[in-house]
Amino acid sequence: MTHLGFILAAYGATAAVFAALIIWVVRDTREQKRKLKQLEADGAVRRSVQMKR
Amino acid sequence: MSGFVALVSQTAQLGLRAGGGALIGLIFFLAVVTVIPFGVGPDQNLLARIGPAVLWIGALLASLLGLDRLFGGDREDGALDLLIVSGQPLALVVLARAIGHWLATGLPVVIAAPLLGLLLNVEPLGLAAVTLTLLAGSPALTLIGTVGAALTAGLARGGVMIAVLVLPLTVPVLIFGVSAVNGAIADPDPFTAPFLILCAFTLGAGVLGPVAGAAALRLALD
Amino acid sequence: MPTSKANASTAGEAAARPTIIGQLANPTRFLGLTEALMPWLISLAAACLAAGAYLAFFVAPADYQQGDSVRIMFIHVPAAWLAMFCYSLMAVAALGTLVWRHPLADVAAKAAAPLGAAFTLLALFTGSVWGKPMWGTWWVWDARLTSVLVLFIMYLGLIALWRSFDDPGRAGRVAAILTLVGFINIPIIKFSVDWWNTLHQPASVIRLDGPTIHPTMLWPLLIMAAGFTLAFMALHFGAMRAEIFRRRVRTAQIMIAQQRAPAAAPVAGSAVSRSR
Repeated sequence: MTHLGFILAAYGATAAVFAALIIWVVRDTREQKRKLKQLEADGAVRRSVQMKR
Repeated sequence: MSGFVALVSQTAQLGLRAGGGALIGLIFFLAVVTVIPFGVGPDQNLLARIGPAVLWIGALLASLLGLDRLFGGDREDGALDLLIVSGQPLALVVLARAIGHWLATGLPVVIAAPLLGLLLNVEPLGLAAVTLTLLAGSPALTLIGTVGAALTAGLARGGVMIAVLVLPLTVPVLIFGVSAVNGAIADPDPFTAPFLILCAFTLGAGVLGPVAGAAALRLALD
Repeated sequence: MPTSKANASTAGEAAARPTIIGQLANPTRFLGLTEALMPWLISLAAACLAAGAYLAFFVAPADYQQGDSVRIMFIHVPAAWLAMFCYSLMAVAALGTLVWRHPLADVAAKAAAPLGAAFTLLALFTGSVWGKPMWGTWWVWDARLTSVLVLFIMYLGLIALWRSFDDPGRAGRVAAILTLVGFINIPIIKFSVDWWNTLHQPASVIRLDGPTIHPTMLWPLLIMAAGFTLAFMALHFGAMRAEIFRRRVRTAQIMIAQQRAPAAAPVAGSAVSRSR
């Protein structure tokens, strides 16, 4: 295949960008959920939940 | 010693955080390089000739940007007074702050320089030379800038004034940096001599900068 | 007193609006909806990308002038389309924040910015890698490339702006104004190859007279574009969910700070998250 190096670089960069974005979103979501659980255990209760009580 | 390393690490981390100036400094570098062709025209040969100088100037301006955060935060929360009273040699504190600041703001610029050099059609040898000279010379820029930041630490909005104060002092570094790059690209010109002088600047600034910075801090906060 | 728009909508005020956008104004409902939708989006995106990649390598022909490097088009063009589409989405979200005050509009805008920057960077990189064998240079300052580089800088500026504010609501309004002002760049990018003499080739797909590209290349391109767009949607929803959780974390932190020091409540908002 002609220009194989260039093609691999382009498709490789695409895969890398997708992978990086996926990792970013997944890790960020997990970290926020973990923090929220911790804070709710410490006593912070959301208003909409409070109103139901 | 561990306190020194801890201060370096803390400064670097603060710089890389949101609002710390590292990211915006890098974007500013990119913006400067992007704006130049709008002004001088897109001619590839011209850009290749002035490219190394543009990269050096962009790196210089980007390094001046974040300097007011070096001691500004300390002044605000009183940490600076504590550091002065603590009995630690203030020059070492200033050196630690400067190293941390360079790691957060200077090193990313050095790494980005060859990539931006591609935009300016700089030849591969020129890219290597720019990266090497920036690596050797950008600590000098940060250390000289630290003196300026220390001088204005007592002021509320040091920002642009630091840049104006420090700019003339950094000109020798700029001259020898670009001279070394041209020496690497164009055969008759020497590379080693200007490069060694550049390294000497960094080493010298590594001593004089913290000493002057410590004196300036004491003065600024009396 | 620190109140955030997310708080107001969790009270369910917006749930009464009958439109889809109105129903999506409730973050809890949005979270539930996206959680159900995500597996489908991801599977569909993966299928389209796989099909597109197969077509790109085994069905589309090599160009008689460019050789196989033309296969880079199948990622370069969708990435560039997404770069512009994402900014347009952010502009609509900006209107949502400023004009209609939709509670999730600024969440959508903030979540989209890093995605847009990533796809713009990908477009620039793949274009450069395609340009080297095709034009002989990694970069040239023609109108199309320059305006896309400017778009990239604008994305980075918006990300920096978002990060420099403590209060997400205020950050959203400020970023919305900057986004709208910068929108002028999008038509410039699109029409740059028509208005100026550029090295970059003129429009061959989205044209008034219809595409000039051959079907054996058009179909892989469209399928890859669909795959990219679905992947973008999945990533965007994911990032929006993370942002909603992040704001809830912040609200909870403020709440706990208030519980522990009720006399200092007015400064709790600034003391909780200090940025230098």
